[in-house]
Amino acid sequence: MAGIVMHQAGGAARAQAHSAAERPPVRISIRHLDFYYGTNRALKGISLDLPDRQVTGMIGPSGCGKSTLLRVLNRMYSLYPGQRAEGEVVMDGRNILAPDVDLNELRARIGMVFQKPTPFPMTIQENIAFGVRLHERLGKAEMEERVEWALTRAALWDEVKDRLHSSALGLSGGQQQRLCIARTIAVRPEVILLDEPTSALDPISTLKIEELIDELKQDFTIAIVTHNMQQAARCADQVAFFYLGELVEVAPAAQLFTAPRHPRTQAYITGRFG
Amino acid sequence: MDERMAGHTVRSYAEELNRLRDAIARMGGLAERQVAEATQALIQRDSELAAEVVRRDAALDALEREIEEFCIRLLALRQPMGQDLRLIVAALKVSHNLERIGDYASNVAKRSIVVASLPPLGSLNGFQRMARLVQENLQGAIDALVRGDAARAGEVWAADEPVDEIYNGIFREMLTHMMEDPRTITAATHLLFMAKNLERIGDHATNIAETVHYAVRGDTLPEDRPKADASAYAVVRPQDRPAG
Repeated sequence: MAGIVMHQAGGAARAQAHSAAERPPVRISIRHLDFYYGTNRALKGISLDLPDRQVTGMIGPSGCGKSTLLRVLNRMYSLYPGQRAEGEVVMDGRNILAPDVDLNELRARIGMVFQKPTPFPMTIQENIAFGVRLHERLGKAEMEERVEWALTRAALWDEVKDRLHSSALGLSGGQQQRLCIARTIAVRPEVILLDEPTSALDPISTLKIEELIDELKQDFTIAIVTHNMQQAARCADQVAFFYLGELVEVAPAAQLFTAPRHPRTQAYITGRFG
Repeated sequence: MDERMAGHTVRSYAEELNRLRDAIARMGGLAERQVAEATQALIQRDSELAAEVVRRDAALDALEREIEEFCIRLLALRQPMGQDLRLIVAALKVSHNLERIGDYASNVAKRSIVVASLPPLGSLNGFQRMARLVQENLQGAIDALVRGDAARAGEVWAADEPVDEIYNGIFREMLTHMMEDPRTITAATHLLFMAKNLERIGDHATNIAETVHYAVRGDTLPEDRPKADASAYAVVRPQDRPAG
């Protein structure tokens, strides 16, 4: 029994191996987080740890607050008046919700990839370099190195190395999404937030992104919001189930999908909802 | 809490899961009948009934294949999660246990034909009691699965001890017969195997109960179960062996 470790379950197995004795350190600690759109309380007392270099999957029906939570984690909501967060999101001992946090710096440390690929109407090379330039001054050679590094880490380099100066809009949907991931990791964040990153992609492109997530978690802490439970099962080390703005249950993926503790989780993952 | 909760959003999926439960119930019922009639054939020295039990084993094998194919289909097409996943995995395991039970019952039936051709050897009360207990446990385990009743599964799981005790009694009795009169060796040996088969059927019922407990609750029963099969030590106990 103990000898059976599936490759895919590497993360899950690792999560279990980190028993009480040696859990991975916590990269982001969410404490008693409430979030309001105006007077509407969209997140209710969320407390959740994102373990370092692990994938946390967030699932739940539409409107459950999972995407809102991602938007809180890199302060996306600060762009909109009337939206506010209460509670704490602690990273390296600092509450990133504090008003004096430098948002540009924060977003360099916590990158985000969206549902629809959003390449800039520029060359492939420029798509990557653009973000890097906002945060760092690199020489030409260094920048080329960084672009190659990011594209390689995003498993796109071999497909685009001969056309770095062509428009990124000529790439396929799956390639565009990997380009967006490359753009995100090019600024060397610590945390990557993925909001439904494959919902607009075909199955093979989806699997490539999932394989990429598996690779990237060696270096990055990842949170992925997905409507696709099988995807959460495939990618995530721990999975958090949200319902009506509340965190109902968080557990290692293998446990949550085989024997969830909460009846509501059970109803959701087996398709017996409402 | 009702383990089945509200109905499935996809009705055809719920129907398929119910069909799976029904198929297991049907297979369980057939396995029970095989055990009952194999024992009846022994006690009543009814070789025709025994032959029918042997013939009917093919139906259990066919049901096992049917359930297995159905489970694989459900796994592939529905990507089950949670309690549904556990039910389907349980059905796979339970159908295998039931198929083995069928093999043991068939073996009891085959041997009963030989035993019927030999002079009777003492009372077969032990066999009757053992078969009844084993059938009860089997029925309880299958009921527990079909109804999603973990408590019932737990009862069955803990109720195998008397079966082992009867088996030990038969073992000693047959040993005595053989020592007293070597002409009984053929019948006694067959009867010993038959008792062992019934005891194994009891173990499979216990396995089914364990599987059902997991399917319903999502956690496993403790590894240690009350056991009383001491026949392996009837001649030599491990601690009696000379060291080295």
